[in-house]
Amino acid sequence: MLDPLALAVALPLLGALLVTMLPGWSRTLGMLTALATTGVALWLTVTVWSGEGLRSDLGGWGVPLGIGLRADGLAAALVAMANLVALAISINATGYFGAAESSRKFWPLWLLLWTALNGLFLAADLFNLYVMLELLGLSAAALGALTGTREAAEANLRYLLVGLLGSMTYLLGVALLYTAYGVLDLELVAEALTPGPVAWSALALMIGGLLLKSALFPLHFWLPPAHANAPAPVSAALSALVVKAAVYLVLRLWLDLFDGIATLPAAMLLGLLGAGAVLWGSWRALRAERLKLLAAYSTVAQIGYLFLFLPLLTAAPDGDTRERLLTALVLLALTHGFAKAGFFLAAGLVQKSTGHDRIRELGGAAQSLPAATFTIGLAGVALIGLPPSGTFFAKWVLVGQAIALGQWWWALVAMAGTLLAAAYVFRVLARAFNREPTPKCFLTDPRTEIPALLLAALSALAVGLAAQPIAVLLGAGV
Amino acid sequence: MNLDPYLPLAIVLSSALPGVLIFLLGEDSYRLRTALNMFGALLKIVLVGWMIWGVFHGHVYESRLTLMPGLELVLSADALSVLFVALSTVLWLVTTIYAIGYLEHSPNRSRFFGFFSLCVSATVGIALAGNLMTFVVFYEILTLATYPLVAHRGTPDADHGAKVYLAYTMSGGVLLFVGAVWLQTLVGQLAFTQGGLLGAAPEALHGQFIVIFFLLLAGLGVKAALVPLHGWLPQAMIAPAPVSALLHAVAVVKAGAFGIVRVVYDVYGVEFAHDLGLLTVLGVLAATTIIYGSIKALSQDGLKKRLAYSTVSQVSYIALGASVLGPIATIGGLVHLVHQGIMKITLFFCAGNYAETLGVHRVSEMNGVGRRMPWTTLAFTVGALGMIGIPPVAGFVTKWYLGLGAASAGAYWVIGVLLVSSLLNAAYFLPILYRAWFRPPPEHWPKEPVLSKRLETAPSLLWPPVVTALLAVIAGLLAAAPFSPLEWATLIAEREYGR
Amino acid sequence: MSHEILLTQLLYGGAGILFFLLGVWSFISHEPLWRKLIALNIMGAGVFHVLVAVAYRGLDAPPDPVPHALVLTGIVVAVSATALALAFGRRLDREAPEHTSDAHGGVDDREDGTHA
Repeated sequence: MLDPLALAVALPLLGALLVTMLPGWSRTLGMLTALATTGVALWLTVTVWSGEGLRSDLGGWGVPLGIGLRADGLAAALVAMANLVALAISINATGYFGAAESSRKFWPLWLLLWTALNGLFLAADLFNLYVMLELLGLSAAALGALTGTREAAEANLRYLLVGLLGSMTYLLGVALLYTAYGVLDLELVAEALTPGPVAWSALALMIGGLLLKSALFPLHFWLPPAHANAPAPVSAALSALVVKAAVYLVLRLWLDLFDGIATLPAAMLLGLLGAGAVLWGSWRALRAERLKLLAAYSTVAQIGYLFLFLPLLTAAPDGDTRERLLTALVLLALTHGFAKAGFFLAAGLVQKSTGHDRIRELGGAAQSLPAATFTIGLAGVALIGLPPSGTFFAKWVLVGQAIALGQWWWALVAMAGTLLAAAYVFRVLARAFNREPTPKCFLTDPRTEIPALLLAALSALAVGLAAQPIAVLLGAGV
Repeated sequence: MNLDPYLPLAIVLSSALPGVLIFLLGEDSYRLRTALNMFGALLKIVLVGWMIWGVFHGHVYESRLTLMPGLELVLSADALSVLFVALSTVLWLVTTIYAIGYLEHSPNRSRFFGFFSLCVSATVGIALAGNLMTFVVFYEILTLATYPLVAHRGTPDADHGAKVYLAYTMSGGVLLFVGAVWLQTLVGQLAFTQGGLLGAAPEALHGQFIVIFFLLLAGLGVKAALVPLHGWLPQAMIAPAPVSALLHAVAVVKAGAFGIVRVVYDVYGVEFAHDLGLLTVLGVLAATTIIYGSIKALSQDGLKKRLAYSTVSQVSYIALGASVLGPIATIGGLVHLVHQGIMKITLFFCAGNYAETLGVHRVSEMNGVGRRMPWTTLAFTVGALGMIGIPPVAGFVTKWYLGLGAASAGAYWVIGVLLVSSLLNAAYFLPILYRAWFRPPPEHWPKEPVLSKRLETAPSLLWPPVVTALLAVIAGLLAAAPFSPLEWATLIAEREYGR
Repeated sequence: MSHEILLTQLLYGGAGILFFLLGVWSFISHEPLWRKLIALNIMGAGVFHVLVAVAYRGLDAPPDPVPHALVLTGIVVAVSATALALAFGRRLDREAPEHTSDAHGGVDDREDGTHA
């Protein structure tokens, strides 16, 4: 029997094994795997969207020993985004790495990372989540160091160590929960959990560990060097997907597991850190001298926005308000995923054609690569939160609910972040207007340019307008 | 199949889609680009004509997209939106023709015309927006689409002008955003409603309404160039002439002024706004802007700069009309939305012609241009006389209704403002006319490329100002004819005041 | 019987948590790579300790298999992570032989990442 849940994890794993065994065919096999996995992921999303929550236990082993997978609306939405982004990154990578030696190293690690991503979104118990988290961290750190430069190795070593610290902390929280309740399945733990010292300690440990992995200010220090020094397709995956997976897990735990246990002051603390991330990340992005570093700091800021929602979600009464906030949160996460991936891919194009990515000297490149400039522009629209991107509507809800729930200070933070983002995005875009010669045509290297452009266009034009289907998806399969 | 729900959307897309295609064109595809431009512009005119006919006969056109409960994008046509749509559609066609001629040999035309089309799409979206959120959406898109046009030339000056423009509009946009969101949390969906929708709200909210009005006004005032938010407009003069026409007449400042009208009439309700004391504030701001802009214009030697300050002053007539309670002043303000557009676009076309044909950029260089370029100068004269308010040009109708409205509302100070400003208008326009017609021309113009063998300049540069000047005269002469701007403004005012 | 089990669990579990805390302290306070790695492994050992303690159900009863499975998996993960970290460390050593290995735990602190 064909099970989209199992296939979404098994296919990329199988692909990873195949490309390891047949390195000569890595590009072809890798692309086939990418296409098949994306297909399965979309099938999964459509199934959930049509009203079925999915759940399966691999190999017939049930709780507690088996590996359980499940998909609700939230998981399905992120799986769809992650797989589309991953497909675009794969296509871009065939052009970016070409047939070089690094291509052979890229594909096994990349498919492994893809496996971990899908596994993480779909895992149904706390321990499998840990395993996927580690797999994600390991493959991401290895991929990030593919350029082979010293900076990349240093940055990714730091990334790896910090990631390990985070996941060990998370694991201790899991151990505590198992000690107290004897179950690991998310739903069973949620039923059993009662407020008390154990639950609070576990909450603190698990969320704390994950915050380190999701680079929430002030734990973001490892992110910018790691993301800025990786090859462009890898940066795209790291910034758009890997960090988001950790945030997804925070959200999953916060909403499903610790709902009613997490207190408003705790949520306020996270919101405060989020606000710090928005302001500090945007400010550093504004001061950054290199394009990829700017993008990395912008990720720090954008992750902050997601945490601004937590105090509102915790304070909101159940029902409409909460659903709206959740939709807005997911809208923001999806938009950022598409936008940041597109941005990094375009930055990679610029870097390849000019040999550097120093913003001050970008003039000629920006003029001669209209497709890349447009990609950065469209992604920038989404990062700033201008309409009709999803970010705009998400901020509309965020600001509205912040005012309605009496927590208006988040609205101020969001608006300050918007202005700062406008400043750092247009700092780059302004370079595209100069007296350099006019380019003759729009596209110069379609295989690398089109995926980036499509991602950015999705983020700026499509995701926001598709808010209603996304809301339906989030309400499905709970 | 009933196509009515798609008509507003189609009007927006009729320029947006060609715009996107134009981006993808190679720089050398001159014919295809021109064809796409003209196709979009003409198709839009046809669609808008259809819509005018329908709205007049009571049809309802509404495109709607629900995003979340309480979050809807709505495009719909009422009498007010049709007024603005018609203005920008007609002027866009003329401007496109002018721009094709103006930019014939300059670089980056695909980029330019792509954003040019997006710009007018956003403007039409603003006009057709059926609720405040939709309005904000298109208002921000307009900011985004105009930035590349201002920065187009790529010189340090252009870069600076564009940055100033962006800083003003983005900050204004954020204030507008917060105001709109805040208002929505208080009263729910903000569908534009004739007569306003806040009047019935509990009195406890009035304090917040006043704060919100200032937020909205700050956001809209930036684009409408209300003093002290006008600083970007003279800086943006650096852009090519068709862009100036777009900024000053078709899109940007108009969007701001139109937004003020919408907020006063269809969100707050003019009577409710009056009760809250908001109209007085608006009136004082508008009057200050009118006088200040005119005084600044006096001392500008750069022709486009002088025109820019004149815009600062003239656009505020629209806000002034909205700030006086009573249908007659409303008519005066609304009709000026159209009249100022036609007259100012004429003036900017002419300024562009002088610059392109003779290299004349300053008022002090304009001696005798009337002999060298009589048709252009004639058009310029019509526009200038209209701005001063001399009959039969359209500007006279505006000032007449504004004055009459002020008198009937007992706001006599408004008449004073009108008089002073008309004197100032005369003081900065008449010397130009005198130089152009009665001073002897210099032996050599700063530059003199041969743009046409028979005409005074290239035909695609000459016809647009002549046509718009003619329109300005017709709008004044036939003000009482059916479907004239004045008649349409009267229709709107009647509906707003519920008569 | 429950008293004896509880005591054993508490003893081993408490020791595990102590290990974990020692590991965290060591990770934060030491710069060199190998010390950080050892610290991480000690943290891991602490967590595994807790899990093994949970599995204990008395001398005459079979232990809970679930925590054992978790610990086994966890060890595999920890070993591969350590291996990858060591591989990074070796590469840094090879590329900059003039430095002692102690220097490499301290990764570049300049956030702007602008290197020569």
